[in-house]
Amino acid sequence: MKRQDLSSISKESKSLFPYLFAFFFGIAFIDSWRRAGIAPLFFFEAQGREHLWKFVRGMFPPELSSQFLSLMLQPALETIQISVMGTLIAVLIGFPLGILATRTFSVSGILNDAEIKGAPARFAARYSIYFCARAVLSLFRSIPEFVWAFMFVRAVGLGPFPGVLAIGVAYGGMLGKVYSEIFEGANERPLEALQSTGANKMQTFCYGWLPQVLPNFVSYTLYRWECAVRASAILGLVGAGGLGQQIEISMRMFNFQEVLTLLAILFMMVAAVDFISAKVRAML
Amino acid sequence: MIQYQLEQVTKVFPRHQIAVIGLDLEVHKGEKVALIGPSGAGKTTLFRMLNCTLRPSAGKLFIDGEDIERLHGKRLRQMRRRIGTIYQQHNLVPRLRVVHNVLSGKLGQWSTVQSLISLARPKDVALAYDALRRVGIEDKIFARTDELSGGQQQRVAIARVLVQEPEVILADEPVSSVDPSLASAIIKLLLDICESLHKTLLMNLHSVDLALAYFQRVIGIKEGRVLFDLCPDKISDGLLDDLYSGHLPDFQEEKAPDEASRSLVYQ
Repeated sequence: MKRQDLSSISKESKSLFPYLFAFFFGIAFIDSWRRAGIAPLFFFEAQGREHLWKFVRGMFPPELSSQFLSLMLQPALETIQISVMGTLIAVLIGFPLGILATRTFSVSGILNDAEIKGAPARFAARYSIYFCARAVLSLFRSIPEFVWAFMFVRAVGLGPFPGVLAIGVAYGGMLGKVYSEIFEGANERPLEALQSTGANKMQTFCYGWLPQVLPNFVSYTLYRWECAVRASAILGLVGAGGLGQQIEISMRMFNFQEVLTLLAILFMMVAAVDFISAKVRAML
Repeated sequence: MIQYQLEQVTKVFPRHQIAVIGLDLEVHKGEKVALIGPSGAGKTTLFRMLNCTLRPSAGKLFIDGEDIERLHGKRLRQMRRRIGTIYQQHNLVPRLRVVHNVLSGKLGQWSTVQSLISLARPKDVALAYDALRRVGIEDKIFARTDELSGGQQQRVAIARVLVQEPEVILADEPVSSVDPSLASAIIKLLLDICESLHKTLLMNLHSVDLALAYFQRVIGIKEGRVLFDLCPDKISDGLLDDLYSGHLPDFQEEKAPDEASRSLVYQ
C-alpha cells in the first residue's frame, strides 16, 4: 500500500517537471533576446548593410607584401610558443590536481573501502585533499583566461610571459576537471585487481588508470592545445604578446587588409595543430 | 595453522543492502575449499573481504592470526600482497601488453620508481615467461592483452598470481567465461599449483559438478549465510535443492525495495 502511494507521488512530480522546465526556458529565452539587444533587422537596413559592406570591403585585398609577412613571422611563432608553454604549464597543474580530484581515486568506491572504513581521521584527511583539489581547479577555471592575462600583465609586465601564465592557470583548471572525469570513467575492476596484489595508489594509477584512459587523455590535451593557440591570439589584445597584439594594432589603425591576413595566418595555424593532433590520435 | 578465521562477519552496503550476515568460517593453511551458491548470495563480497579490498561492517576477520581491522596503509598493502586473487573476467588492463599484466603481480614488492621503469623496459621478463609457460601461453608474452581470447586472458590472470607468489589464492569464478573442457583444466592447474607450493585455495564456483568433483570441502552459501560446510560425499541432492531453491522469487524481492527507494529519491 505504502509503495503505491510513493509511486503515485513520484509519477505526479515527474509529469509536472517538463512543463515547468519549458516555462522557465521560455522566459529565459525571451528575456535574453531582449536584454542582449539582438536586432536581426540590422542586416536589412540600408545603413547597417553599408557598415558591414565597408568592413568586408576594407579587408580586401589582404595585405600580402613580403615585408608585412616577414614582419608577422615573429608574432606567429610567438603565438605557437605561448600556446605550447601555456599548455605545458596547464598539464603540470591539471594532471596532479585532476588525479586528487578523482572521487574514485581519493575518497570513495571499492578502491578506498578497506583504507577508510573505521578510520575517521584518514577519511577526513583524504576528503579534505579531494575537496581542496576540486576547489583550486574550479577557482582556476571560473576566471576566464582573458581576466587572468589582464592580472598577469599587471603583475609581470607586457609580453608573452603573462599570456603563458594565463593559459597555464585557466587551462590547468579546465584540464584538471576533465582529467578527473576521464579518470572516473575508467573501469574499476582491473584497478581492484591491481590493488589486491599489494600495489599502492601510484602504482595502480600508472598500471591501470593511465593505460586505460590514455587515448582520451591525450586527445583532450591536444584539443586544449588547439584552443590555446586561439586563446593566445585573444590574449594579445590585452598586451600579452603574439599574433593578437598585431591584430589589435591593425584594428586600431583601421587597417583591415592586415587583419584579414592575420586571421588567415591564425586559421592556418589552428588547422595545422588540428592536423597534428589527429595524426597523434591515430597513432594511439 | 589457521589461515582465515571469520567471526560473525557482516557486510552492509551504503543503501542498506546486506551482502553477508554473521558469517563464521575457519580455513586452515594449505586447505582447498570450494564455495557454491546462487548468484547474489554474497560470495564475491566475501572474497573481497578475504583479500582486504572491502572491510567488514561488523565482526572479526583474522588472516594468519592478524586482525585486519588494525591494518592500514603500508601494513594493509603487505597483507594484500600475501593474497592472490583471480577474478571472473575484465580484470586485466586491456591496453597493456601481457608481460606488464603478468608482472603487475610484483607491484606489491617493487617500489613505485621500479615499477614505473618496468613499464618502459620490463624488469623481469624471465619471471613472466616462466609463469606464462606454466599456463601454456608463453608465445603471447609481448602481445597486447586485448588481442587475446577470454580463455587466454584468464590464463594471463593466473600467471599474474603465480608471479605474485601469494600464500593464499582466491579464485572468484575463474572458469565462468571459458568453455567446459578448459574449465576443468584450469581448476586442475590451480589445484596442482596450490598442492605443489602448499598454498591455501578458495574458489567460488558456479558449477556444482566441478566443485563436488575436485574439492574435499564444499561450502554452500545462501543469502549471505553458510548453509552447509561439508565434504562432497555428504552433500545430498536435498541440500543442493535447498541451496538453489527460492532463487528466482528472491531476485524479485531484491528488486522491490530498490524501486521504492528510487521513487523516494525522485520525489
